[in-house]
Amino acid sequence: MTVQQESVNVVELRIPCKPEFVSVARLAVAGIANRLHFTVEEIEDVKLAVAEACTNCIQRSPDAKEIALTCEMLPEELRIVVRDNSSLGSNDEAGESGSGSLGVFLIRSLMDDVEYRRGEHDGMFLRMVKRVAGTS
Amino acid sequence: MDIKVSVRPSDGEARVVDLVGEIDVYTSPAVKEAITELIDDGHYNLIINLEGVRYIDSTGLGVLIGALKRVREHAGSVNLICTNPQVKKIFDITGLVKIFGIYENEQSAIKALA
Repeated sequence: MTVQQESVNVVELRIPCKPEFVSVARLAVAGIANRLHFTVEEIEDVKLAVAEACTNCIQRSPDAKEIALTCEMLPEELRIVVRDNSSLGSNDEAGESGSGSLGVFLIRSLMDDVEYRRGEHDGMFLRMVKRVAGTS
Repeated sequence: MDIKVSVRPSDGEARVVDLVGEIDVYTSPAVKEAITELIDDGHYNLIINLEGVRYIDSTGLGVLIGALKRVREHAGSVNLICTNPQVKKIFDITGLVKIFGIYENEQSAIKALA
């Protein structure tokens, strides 16, 4: 039996870790999500989740210079990894308190799978998946 | 991406803040500044008009929550005008629909302040 490999298209984007570039990430991801069969509402969910992830980097990784986004487009889902290049860890002891926690809460609400972590000596890592409706 | 912020008096003592554009980590400081100025000037009954807002994130919500906390110290309130389903959805998900008065038009928002 031959197992066919799923075709995966990968888009990578790096933006400065600055507020004025969050909209760039948001619009780029909207374009990527638009290539899958997401509804308009689902695309808006993905846009907000990515923006919240970037905002988390900006607000909690003061030494980070760059945010890297990797988007894997599969036929039935969009996988997105957002990470920053901080080497100091979070500037927030609790990790998920304050307005940042609202952002992470929104991401968890809007996306299907979410893995969020912050190390003591590195920046944010967030992996999230949005499945095309009716395929999960 | 930008946000337009304008302030005008409404019927009665309330002030209306009209917002047009997108509220995110880049634009929310301008919104915060306008609202903070109003509260510092003694305006504790505010109507935030989100009809022209296409997008709001947690930083925008944070500004609104901060405003509500401050005006409540003076027995004031913050009412929102919002009919955009995508924007309303964010208030639903976060449970903020229970904290803010959210109305479909300015007349209803003003009436609720009285």
